[in-house]
Amino acid sequence: MSVIYILLSVSVVIGVAFFVIFIMAVKSGQYDDDYTPSVRMLFEDELVKKQTNTTKQTKTD
Amino acid sequence: MESNSCFHCGDDCGKHPIKYQDKTFCCNGCKTVFEIFNENDLTCYYDLQNSPGAIPKEIEGKYDFLTQENIIEKLTEFRSDSIEIATLYIPHIHCSSCIWILENLNKLNPNISDSQVNFGKKTVRVTYNSDKTSLKEVVMLLSSIGYEPYISLDDFKSGKKHINRTLIYKLGVAGFGFGNIMFLSFPEYFEINEFWLEQYKPFFRWLMFAMSVPIVFYSAQDYFISAYKGLKAKVLNIDVPIALGVAVLFIRSTVEIMFDLGSGFFDSLAGLVFFLLTGRFFQQKTYDFLSFERDYKSYFPIAITKINRDGEEQSIQVYDIEKGDRILIRNEELIPVDGILINGRAKIDYSFVTGESQTVSKESGDKIFAGGKQTNGVIEMEALKSVEQSYLTQLWSNDVFSKNKEDGFTNITNAISKHFTIAVLSIAFISTSIWLFLDPSKAMNVFTAVLIIACPCAIALSAPYTFGNLLRIFGKLKFYVKNATVIEQLAQINTVIFDKTGTITSNKDSNAEYDGDLLSDSENTVLKNSLRGSNHPLSRTLYNILEANNIITLDRFEEHVGKGIEAKHDNIALKIGSASFVGNPENNAALNTTVHVSSNNVYKGKFTFYNSYRKGVSKLFNQLKKEFDLVILSGDNEGELENLKKLLPTKTKLIFNQKPEDKLEFIKYHQSEGAKVLMIGDGLNDAGALAQSNVGIAISEDVNVFSPACDAILDASKFKQLYSYIQTSKSAIKIIKWSFVLSFFYNIIGLYFATTGQLEPVVAAILMPLSSISIVVFTTVATNLLGKRIE
Repeated sequence: MSVIYILLSVSVVIGVAFFVIFIMAVKSGQYDDDYTPSVRMLFEDELVKKQTNTTKQTKTD
Repeated sequence: MESNSCFHCGDDCGKHPIKYQDKTFCCNGCKTVFEIFNENDLTCYYDLQNSPGAIPKEIEGKYDFLTQENIIEKLTEFRSDSIEIATLYIPHIHCSSCIWILENLNKLNPNISDSQVNFGKKTVRVTYNSDKTSLKEVVMLLSSIGYEPYISLDDFKSGKKHINRTLIYKLGVAGFGFGNIMFLSFPEYFEINEFWLEQYKPFFRWLMFAMSVPIVFYSAQDYFISAYKGLKAKVLNIDVPIALGVAVLFIRSTVEIMFDLGSGFFDSLAGLVFFLLTGRFFQQKTYDFLSFERDYKSYFPIAITKINRDGEEQSIQVYDIEKGDRILIRNEELIPVDGILINGRAKIDYSFVTGESQTVSKESGDKIFAGGKQTNGVIEMEALKSVEQSYLTQLWSNDVFSKNKEDGFTNITNAISKHFTIAVLSIAFISTSIWLFLDPSKAMNVFTAVLIIACPCAIALSAPYTFGNLLRIFGKLKFYVKNATVIEQLAQINTVIFDKTGTITSNKDSNAEYDGDLLSDSENTVLKNSLRGSNHPLSRTLYNILEANNIITLDRFEEHVGKGIEAKHDNIALKIGSASFVGNPENNAALNTTVHVSSNNVYKGKFTFYNSYRKGVSKLFNQLKKEFDLVILSGDNEGELENLKKLLPTKTKLIFNQKPEDKLEFIKYHQSEGAKVLMIGDGLNDAGALAQSNVGIAISEDVNVFSPACDAILDASKFKQLYSYIQTSKSAIKIIKWSFVLSFFYNIIGLYFATTGQLEPVVAAILMPLSSISIVVFTTVATNLLGKRIE
C-alpha cells in the first residue's frame, strides 16, 4: 500500500506544477487585459485572406 | 442622411462631399486615410465596423520634441541599440476596427515589428527598429491615420508603471490550498475506521499542515499587518478578530495534529482566507481607461517650442521654461505658463479650466493664463512665470492634494467590529471560566473554539460584495466610482455643492438669441447654408439652432480663419462673423459671445449665445432640496443670477466670483461646521474643491478625454440621475446592515456549538462556507435589485 505515497506525491507534484504555471501566466501579464485578445483572435482569418488576395493580384500582374 | 455620411469617420459630409471610388468623405484628411489603407490592403478596417475612423489633425511641427534624446528616454519602456518599445495612449481607440488597424501598423511602416493594443487601457505598445525609424515617425504615422497619441506631461514621470498583482497571487495560493486540503480532509468528515485510512492519517494531516503554512504566512499576511496597525493606533478594526481567528485556527490545528488529538481545522482555515480574499478581489474594481488621479500634468504638453534670441525655433521641455522666454504656441496647443501675448491673435479655449466652452479673444499685450488652448493659428508669447508658479498650477501646492481622503474615515465594517470584538472576547472568557469549574480539561478547547467560530468572515464579506457589485452596476450606468469607500461616504453627505459653468450648464447645446433687423427668408436660407459649410464650433452650434431650410448651392463661399464667413448666392452677399469683420458700427465689447451678420454690407444684427442649463437641472434640485443643503459655487460673475433664481429652489445658496482657492476654503469652512460635502464640478479650477470635499464628482461630456482628479466621474448624460445614485448608496448601507444581522444569526448557532464544547471540525467546515456563501448571495441579489430600480 506504500504505493499511495507515490500516487500522492505525483498528484501533489501535478498540482504544484499547475500552480506554478498559473503564477507564470499572471506574471506574464496575461490577466491584465481581458478584452483585447477576445477581439484579436477573430482577426487572423481576415488578415490571411487579404494577404492571399494580394499575392494573387501580384501574380496576375 | 445615411448616404451623406463620411465613409471613414461617419460625420455629416456637408455641402461638398469628396467623392473617391464611389465613396463619400467629409474632408481631405479622411480621404487620405482611406487612400493609405487602400494602397496597403487594409480596407478590412471598414468591414469590421461602419465608419470607424477619426479625422486626422494638422500636426506639422507639433511632434518635433520627439527627436529629443531625454524625452524619448522617458517615453520608451525599452531601448537597445536598434529596438525601441513605447506604449502610447490613444483616446480614439473605441472598436474592433481600431484594434485591427493598430495591430497591422507594420504594413504601413515595415520598420515597426510589432504593435499590440490594450483595449481597456486604450494604449498601443509599439516595437520598432530605431535605426530605420523613430518615435517621431511612429507618432506621425499614427496621427496621419487618425489615431493621434496623447502625450502629456504625465508621461514624463520617471519609472515604469508597476502593476500590483500580489492579490491574485495570494488568492491563487489560498485557492490552491483550499481545494487540496478539502480533498485531504474528506475521509475525516465521515470518521470511517478503515485500516489503511487510519494508517495514513498522520501523513494526510501533515500534508494539510504543509499547505496551510503559505496560506497563513503569505495569503493572510495583510490581515495580521492591518490588525497590528489597528491595535497600535488603539482601533479595533475588523482585521483584529480575523487575525485572531486565523492565528487560533492555525495554532490549535497544529497542536492537535502534533499530539494526535484530532484532525485540526485546516480546511476551515483555508476556506476562510480564500473567501476573505475573494471579497477583496471583488471590491477591487478598476476602470483601466479612467484615471481618478489626474492633475494639470495630464493635460499639459511635454515640450513646447521656444524662440531663441536669434529667432531660431527650439523645442524645450515644459519644466525648463523660464521667466522671459519667448514661446510659440501653435493652433490647438495648450498654453503651459502665464504670460503676455506678443504676436498673433489669440482665441483661447479655457474649457479645461473653467468648463466654459466659448473662446476668449486676446490681443497682443494682453495677459494670458496657463491652461487655455489656442484655437486660432500661431501665437507668440512671453512667459511671466515658470510652469509650477502659474496661477492655475499653484493650486496643486495646496496640502489638500497630498491628503488621503480615506484616512480618518471609519467605515461601516470597522464601526461594528469594535463592539463585535469586545463581545466575542467576553463570551470566550466567560464560557472558558465556566468550563474551568465544570471540566478544566475542556476549557482551552472551548476558548479556542469560540474564537474560531466567531471569526467574522461573513461580516467582513458583506461590505466588499455589496459595494463591489454596486461599483459594477454604477459603472454600467456611466457613473464611475473610484472605490467602495466613496459609495459609503456618498451615503453620508448632507450638503451638495455645484459648480455652474460646464456642470449645471451644458457645453454642447447653447441657446442663441437674435437681436437686430429681421432677416428676409432668402437671407435666412443663405445664412443657414453658409453655416453648413463651416466647421467652426460657433457655426455648428448656430446651424443646429436655426430652423431647417432648403439646401441651395452657394455661388461663393469663403471662410476667413478667426474672422468669419463670406457667402454669396444670387443677389445676397452675407458676411457672418466677428463685429469688426462684418463692419458693426457700434463696436461694443459685450460680455457674451456673439456672432454678427451683415447682408450686402449692411449691418443686420447679432446672435448672442447663452449657456443652456442641462435637462432636468430643476427637477434634480427639487429632489435634492428635501434632504440636502444646496449651494452653487461659481467662478463667473453674477450675470446669470436672475436666471438661476427662477430655475432653482429658493433655498439654494448662490455664490459668485469664486476663485479656485475660494471654493476650497468654502468647503473646508463648512466641513469644520459638520457638513459632509458632495462637490460636483468639471474643470481644473474645481480640482481643489473636489479634493477637499468628502466626495468629489466630476461631470464629463466625454469620460475618456477629460476630468480633473476626483472620487467619481459621472457621464454628463446621466446628470439628472444623480439623486437616485445617492439614494442607492444609502440603500446599500441598509443591505449591509441586514447582512450583518444574517451573519450574527450564523454566529449564534456557531457559538452554541463552541460554548457547549462540541465544535467538531466538520461543523466548522460546513458553517463557515455556508455563512460566507449565503452572505455573498444575499448582497449580490439585493444590490442587483437596487440596480434595476435605477434603470
